[in-house]
Amino acid sequence: MSIEQALQTFTAECRELLHEMEDALLAGCKGNMSADSINAVFRAAHTIKGSAGLFGLDHIVGFTHVAESVLDAVRAGQLPFTPELIELMLSCRDHMARLVDEVAAGHLDEDPALADAGQPLRQRLAAYLDDEPAQPVVAAAAAAADSADGAGHWHISLRFGSDVLRNGMDPLSFLRYLSTLGSVLHVAPVLDTVPTLDRLDAEACYLGLELALHSSAGLAAIEGAFEFVRDDCRLRIVAPGSPPAAYRALAEEFPEERETMACLLRECGSWPAEDTVTGTADGAPCADLALEAEAADSARPRERRSQEKNSVRVDADKLDHLINLVGELIVATAGANLAARRAQNVELQEYGATLNSLVEDVRNSALQLRMVKIGSTFTRFRRVVHDVARDLGKDIELAIDGEDTELDKTVVEKIADPLTHLVRNAIDHGIEPAALRLERGKPAHGTIWLNAYHDSGTVVIEVGDDGGGLQRERLLAKAIERGIVEEGRHLSDAEVYALIFEPGFSTAEQVTNLSGRGVGMDVVKRNITALRGTIQIDSTPGVGTTMRVRLPLTLAIIDGFQVAVGGSVFVVPLEMVEECVEFRTDDGHDYTNLRGTVLPFIRLRELFALDGAAPSRQSLVVVRYAGQRAGLVVDGLLGESQTVIKPLGKVFRHMRCISGSSILGSGDVALILDVPSLIHQAAGDHARLIQPSESAFA
Amino acid sequence: MNLTSYPDGEGRLSIHFEGDLTIYEAAQVRESLLALLDGAGAVELDLAEVGEIDSAGLQLLLATALTLAANGGSLCLARASAAVAEAIGLLGLGRRLPITSLA
Repeated sequence: MSIEQALQTFTAECRELLHEMEDALLAGCKGNMSADSINAVFRAAHTIKGSAGLFGLDHIVGFTHVAESVLDAVRAGQLPFTPELIELMLSCRDHMARLVDEVAAGHLDEDPALADAGQPLRQRLAAYLDDEPAQPVVAAAAAAADSADGAGHWHISLRFGSDVLRNGMDPLSFLRYLSTLGSVLHVAPVLDTVPTLDRLDAEACYLGLELALHSSAGLAAIEGAFEFVRDDCRLRIVAPGSPPAAYRALAEEFPEERETMACLLRECGSWPAEDTVTGTADGAPCADLALEAEAADSARPRERRSQEKNSVRVDADKLDHLINLVGELIVATAGANLAARRAQNVELQEYGATLNSLVEDVRNSALQLRMVKIGSTFTRFRRVVHDVARDLGKDIELAIDGEDTELDKTVVEKIADPLTHLVRNAIDHGIEPAALRLERGKPAHGTIWLNAYHDSGTVVIEVGDDGGGLQRERLLAKAIERGIVEEGRHLSDAEVYALIFEPGFSTAEQVTNLSGRGVGMDVVKRNITALRGTIQIDSTPGVGTTMRVRLPLTLAIIDGFQVAVGGSVFVVPLEMVEECVEFRTDDGHDYTNLRGTVLPFIRLRELFALDGAAPSRQSLVVVRYAGQRAGLVVDGLLGESQTVIKPLGKVFRHMRCISGSSILGSGDVALILDVPSLIHQAAGDHARLIQPSESAFA
Repeated sequence: MNLTSYPDGEGRLSIHFEGDLTIYEAAQVRESLLALLDGAGAVELDLAEVGEIDSAGLQLLLATALTLAANGGSLCLARASAAVAEAIGLLGLGRRLPITSLA
């Protein structure tokens, strides 16, 4: 592990911790600050400080230390965790996040601008500390160690693995860090394994340490100092007041140098010069500590390690490469199967079928690797809701549902921004002021909810609010004023609501600093469209609005249904195919009777202006998307196949009704049909029969 | 890292270090030291011009002391920069690597 990799681990870990810290603080805002959450906040700050210390990131250590000191006072019950303090801690968390981001960007030294930004926070934190016995910032930890609350004599025994130095760790930095936890009383180096120069590997580590530390820090904190070398060193910690037996056991661990060890332990003042029973005078309460220390020695690292084994961090690029290869594999298998069929070799075809199902399994598990739960994206909105609601002076609760719904990592990453916008919009425009809410007989605090679920091969994400709902008349008036819609046109509710996604469209009477400038919603729509998704609005005046975003599960490979029109092959995403029926009634209409319901349809031959006359027997593929159905008239049905989506080139970007292309086993290109826009088209054509006008939303 | 050596007239070899003494330089310094110390007895290291030092650097000093002792020689640190003195103090190596004077 190089220093860069170690830093990457550091920043990733910090971000996780900052996330936990934020969650705990936000829970605190809601008034349920349990001892657990206080501990979680403290632990996060503490661990970040410790890890930063290992990398010599003094500015992070410095800032975090002040926050930690305040948190420590809170934890000890000396300071109440007031809402103001929680807000301050949230700001501190954000500052720490910025510091960590700087490090992640490769700037290890403090950015002066950020230092200035941190100064007011430091002062506000210091104000809390002033109420306590004044402590100089740097010496605070040491001073705490001297206080009566359980400061004691810890003995730490360390044997570093030979790769420690190569991994960018330095025993010196551990010592430097330990001295921030308390005072290092004595260091006895263990140098027995240091060889002469000719046998020395200059980059290997031969060092060991026995050291005594006077500190009030807990076992976890001291252990935490060695977080990064845990797997690479032999660490034994003997808690204060442990009976001599604990030290004897420690010495026994090094049978060949037992005497030396005993010497070193005495040197550190950890083990009384004569190993007598005097030490057990207060042995009873100490036995637990010793046990705790022992448990930590063995059980905890093991537990942690077994957890680590359950998951592997993999570079996203490697996954992408794997998916690409699986894509190629699918194409190659299709080619092989085709060849087998042509050769009319039964045995070959059987193998081909087996291979096909295996490849399908491989594809599914490869895609599964990229699936992540949307929950972490959702919880991020707790903060957004908290901040925005505070800025606007509204009392808003966030309800989250369906956080276990999984979708492709790329999709999750790209959907976060549009969702943020929708949530902000819901808070700003959706939820009415408290007074108005009470007038309408609603609870004073508004509710925003996020929900996610799977629906016919897509993921649906809902952002809802129980606010005033969209005002149809005002939207329409505005649209007419802006010249987006002609006066006198009849639009369906969905069409009117969709107006808010038009560029430069805003009905907000007041422009707040959050939204209402009319930029944003059109960008949201564009981003979602770029993900091959759609957005739909349901709104009831006075009751609320729900924005429904539909996204494909994955961006790379789909189960396709191949259909033929003339000499061309088209692929319909299988999840959207409802059924296939024989198409007979070609009486010139664009709709047919499907078991008693009207089904609009599209003739693909006409739509894509394909040559050749329609055969006598045609088929109708019934597709469904977002609750709407339409039929596609095709010449023949070719069956299911796995389809690797290749994006269309820039030249074809504006093509409607085609979402991508795919290479068939024969080497031919098949176009993938864009079912949502086909359905729109069919519905539009259908609507035109009733009211001839160009649909603005196709 | 620059090493310059000269006999100090009393049969001792004096080696002057200049630069950093960290894991990045360790392998190269080891080579240089091996060459310089071949057959040497008493050696004096002048570490006044050492910028940074880490555990790898300290290990090198320890190994040098051991090598010399094995050949019946001895090592002394004539002068040490603040960084070197601090590192030796932190690791508790004062007894193994006594410094005769600070830079």
